[in-house]
Amino acid sequence: MVLNCKHVWKEISSYIEGDVSPELRDAIEEHLAHCRHCAAVLDSTRNILYLIADDRTFELPVGYSDRLHARLQQEITEEGL
Amino acid sequence: MVAEAHNSGSATDNSQADRDAELIARVLAGERELFHELVRPYEKSVYFAAFSVLQNEQDAEDAAQDTVLKALKNLHNFRAESKFSTWLISIAINEGRSRLRHARILEFESVDQSSEEEDGDFVPAVISDWREVPLQALERKELRELLQRAISSLPEIYREVLLLRDVEEVNIADTAEALGVTTGVVKTRLLRARLMMQKILAPQLASKRNGLFGLFKGKAGGSWF
Repeated sequence: MVLNCKHVWKEISSYIEGDVSPELRDAIEEHLAHCRHCAAVLDSTRNILYLIADDRTFELPVGYSDRLHARLQQEITEEGL
Repeated sequence: MVAEAHNSGSATDNSQADRDAELIARVLAGERELFHELVRPYEKSVYFAAFSVLQNEQDAEDAAQDTVLKALKNLHNFRAESKFSTWLISIAINEGRSRLRHARILEFESVDQSSEEEDGDFVPAVISDWREVPLQALERKELRELLQRAISSLPEIYREVLLLRDVEEVNIADTAEALGVTTGVVKTRLLRARLMMQKILAPQLASKRNGLFGLFKGKAGGSWF
């Protein structure tokens, strides 16, 4: 199986997931070994996903949990009245 | 790697499901206070599910609170064929969408939905090489804001899958269930969302090497690039 760049881009998300057949994975890796553009696309995409998954990128508002449980407690207390 | 992080731990999933099932039974039997413990592991996901739709901290927090209260009131309707976390997230997504509709600010992003099954062009930013941005660079507010702005700029359907799958690390099947779509649709949206992020961010991050980020070279830990 020989892939061109567009084929690789189309599969890049599934490749990152590990959700491709062994045949397709080998073909992608064969392409990546010879195409520095696609290798850079894969590396940058993967790097960006690491960055957005980090807890520092999206933080909860300060006090969110306390306010949530205070409101929940109020509801539970009112239920019991 | 990302996929490894996502796919870890079905044993953990099972013990979590057992824990949830026990707590649910006890809450329904009258130990209402235990609902705090039931939702605590998922309160972050609930917030970000709402935030993926509403894009505003205060609105997302209000929606998250309403989600948890609705879950308490409707706990007797919860069916164990779903994960409790998935059920909660789907309530949060629906709560967010409902708020948008009421605010009459739901934009017609369904245009993107109509074409999402087509092959279309999945064109990333083609760059000649990539030097990794290390996680410690996230100490910089500028980088965090860059990432947040990029996600905010995505159409809602892509923002939702990206936040659930890549930020909250919900698996594809549960993401599909929470959003009410098939796993195939989630995969298609994920591909587009990830390539959109790459297209937006890779050129900016690469260009900042000698600009904004370059200002911090030489600090403890060395250069970022």
